Amino acid sequence: MTKFSLDLAPIPITKSLPAQTSLGEKLVKQVTSIDFIAPLVVGVIALLIWEVLVKVTNLPPFLLPGPILVLQTLIKDWGELFTSLIITFQITLVAFIAAVISGVLISVLFIQSKWVERSFFPYAVVLQTTPIVAIAPLIILWIRRIVPEPNTTFAALVICAWIVAFFPIISNTTLGLNSVDHNLRNVFQLYRASKWQTLIYLQLPAALPYFLGGLKISGGLALIGAVVAEFVAGTGGAKAGLAYQILMASYNLQIPRMFAALLLTTILGVIIFVSLTALSDFLLKNWHESAIEREN
Amino acid sequence: MSSPVPYSKPKSTAIALNHVSKIYANGTVALQDMNLAIEDGQFVSLVGASGCGKSTALRLIAGLGQMSEGSITWGDHQPQKELAFVFQEPSLLPWATVIENVRLPLKLAGMKDRDSRSQVQEVLHLVGLDSFAQAYPRELSGGMKMRVSIARALVTKPKILLMDEPFGALDEMTRAKLNADVLHLWQQGDGNGDRYTVVFVTHNIYEAVYLSQRVVIMAPRPGRVVGEVAIEAPYPRTEEFRTSRISNEYCREISGRLAAAGAGTEYYDEQINTR
Repeated sequence: MTKFSLDLAPIPITKSLPAQTSLGEKLVKQVTSIDFIAPLVVGVIALLIWEVLVKVTNLPPFLLPGPILVLQTLIKDWGELFTSLIITFQITLVAFIAAVISGVLISVLFIQSKWVERSFFPYAVVLQTTPIVAIAPLIILWIRRIVPEPNTTFAALVICAWIVAFFPIISNTTLGLNSVDHNLRNVFQLYRASKWQTLIYLQLPAALPYFLGGLKISGGLALIGAVVAEFVAGTGGAKAGLAYQILMASYNLQIPRMFAALLLTTILGVIIFVSLTALSDFLLKNWHESAIEREN
Repeated sequence: MSSPVPYSKPKSTAIALNHVSKIYANGTVALQDMNLAIEDGQFVSLVGASGCGKSTALRLIAGLGQMSEGSITWGDHQPQKELAFVFQEPSLLPWATVIENVRLPLKLAGMKDRDSRSQVQEVLHLVGLDSFAQAYPRELSGGMKMRVSIARALVTKPKILLMDEPFGALDEMTRAKLNADVLHLWQQGDGNGDRYTVVFVTHNIYEAVYLSQRVVIMAPRPGRVVGEVAIEAPYPRTEEFRTSRISNEYCREISGRLAAAGAGTEYYDEQINTR
């Protein structure tokens, strides 16, 4: 009689996980990789050409300042610019968190019934497609009546940034929640899972990659919303963000300072994107195609 | 047609389908007037070409979907508690480890992880995956994923095991191995001397003959039962049985009946393709 194979341990497969490396090694590996060095070289060359061009053509700084002058201005005005950076960052962060929470909650509400989704989704689209520049003055006007000084502007800017940031979350999360594998749905149906259990153990994890995709878009949009709204609001006072600095610098023809503020805005945007990408890779590293390292 | 069962002991009926039909909204008759009584502890296979309603019948038994006509009656069982289903695909949660996947049915039943640990370990051992408890599905081969799926089905200690072409996507060697494993599990039973009642859907005649006590033959358009063959070979069935003369004769008989029942199917297929 043949021996039934069940008693035998299966042949161990070699795991396709990358070898364990320390954080330091990983960082060194990343910094020395072509993905990091190549853009760096391009950037440095571009800055050099820019600097040389400005020097050779003798362009006045109020038309185009050289990168060295921009850096000097950044250091000189660091105090004011950094304060503005923090304020813009606060507006972005609060709007982003509000967008994430409201976006996920609304998505979960949407999938409870096709009718709810059909009835309300068009209005989410309307909110998204209306240019924020056009409705920001209205929002600021209304908020002035509701929120007392000195938080009025802050609240208004947060709302504007939130309106811009929440749509990608809703759109992506709703798609994710609706994209659950039908076989897995059957498994849950078979074991009589409650609606709540299906949401927690099946739909939310299945929607995670979609949600994280929305998160990356939303993070950048929150910053853009915060900056654009501040341009419109044209606020002054102690709580001025980076947009205000850019605006004032341009009025006063302090173009190097304008570039410095612009640089800070860009750096903030990049930091937001990189952090969200890292978060996404961390959450998906064990199972999702997008985050798995393969040796082919 | 009546089927002689290689058991002298009278058995009670586990599942009975009475004039069960399933008609889809677009008018497709997936299953027409199916009658089938399955006894406690029996291993029954449903074979037939695609569209013969074999999977539909299984899903109706599992309560996945509404039947259009007829009824399903149960023996002493509480069908929803004592029934397990192995799907065509492994259908595992990709974000969960093997142990979490196997634990899922118990978790959904409200059992705490601490209380279900020994039960989960036991089935993992049964399917030979103890050392892979912490692996993710993507790290496993197709055959191993299917084992996890079987472990998940067995963890609730079901009385009735429904399997829907579980090995259809596997290579021949892995399929043979898992066939032997399934028979072994079935013969072991639930540990109290009771065998599972297994309803096994397949389009592979050899597999059906090797595994089953009864092979129910079905034909498409409309999906219906056209006959039945009792496989009167003793268990345990070995690898030699698979290629034995007896097994071959059963296969020939079933395949002949399938061909007879399916006369005209080619014609229909052509019609559909040229449409």
